[in-house]
Amino acid sequence: MKKILFSLIFTLFTVQLFAQDNGVEMADKLRSDGKIYVVVTCIVIILVGLLAYLFSIDKRLKKIERENLPKN
Amino acid sequence: MNKTWWKILGSVLVIYTAIAGLLLGVPRLPILNESIRNLYFHVPMWFAMIVLFSISVFYSIKSLSSKSEVDDIKAVESVNAGIIFGLLGLVTGAIWAKYTWGQFWSFDPKQNFAAISVLLYFAYLILRNAIDEEQKRAKISAIYNIFAFPMMVVLLFVLPRLKDSLHPGNGGNPGFNSYDLDSRMRMVFYPACLGWILIGYWVYTIRFRLRSLENKQQMN
Repeated sequence: MKKILFSLIFTLFTVQLFAQDNGVEMADKLRSDGKIYVVVTCIVIILVGLLAYLFSIDKRLKKIERENLPKN
Repeated sequence: MNKTWWKILGSVLVIYTAIAGLLLGVPRLPILNESIRNLYFHVPMWFAMIVLFSISVFYSIKSLSSKSEVDDIKAVESVNAGIIFGLLGLVTGAIWAKYTWGQFWSFDPKQNFAAISVLLYFAYLILRNAIDEEQKRAKISAIYNIFAFPMMVVLLFVLPRLKDSLHPGNGGNPGFNSYDLDSRMRMVFYPACLGWILIGYWVYTIRFRLRSLENKQQMN
């Protein structure tokens, strides 16, 4: 019983230790500087999504063109 | 132009604009503040629109001599694609105006004339829809387009300069080129214009290809 209790308490300590800033490099930059990086990430995701969508439309169109207008 | 490289180039430039346009340094100016970055997004819309309308007037002239239906479709689809960019330019301009000039629509000459030039092209599309006979439609709308294009240029670049306008480059206001557009901004602004022109051209080619497929199906 005592052993289990101790191990539980120690695991709780380790959880706290992991949460502390220990100089390991994280993606903190993404949350600093007035959080503009978040907006940039969103805009880039939207743009990439829309452009990928445009590419997929283009691909489908090419397929239909190959079926309908052979060699012109 | 049936290759992919320029589509990828346009996509890369536009994405680069979003990143560099928001993160790179800009001049610190009162009133404008960070909204100066709108230059990278608002102005390229108009450049893309003007390029698409130029393509349209080119094919309108060509269709008058060639009498080809393909040229007529090219003319109308580039207007269709250009109007999207014109409307986006108007809306982004109004939002920018709200936070720098105080109102969404202050009946500034530049805003009014820009709206009129977009309406000119709406009239072009309505004129087309009003004529059923194809040959006649191609001819009349081509002639209308040849008149509409210089009107648009005059409305956007000449008349606002003769009046008192808040818009940069008009009515005694120095344009962005003269002192605001420093070398840092040019690094983003020119790629942005090229990128959006390529994307606009791409949208036009997709519209044109769709329309020619539709026409092909109607004939069968």
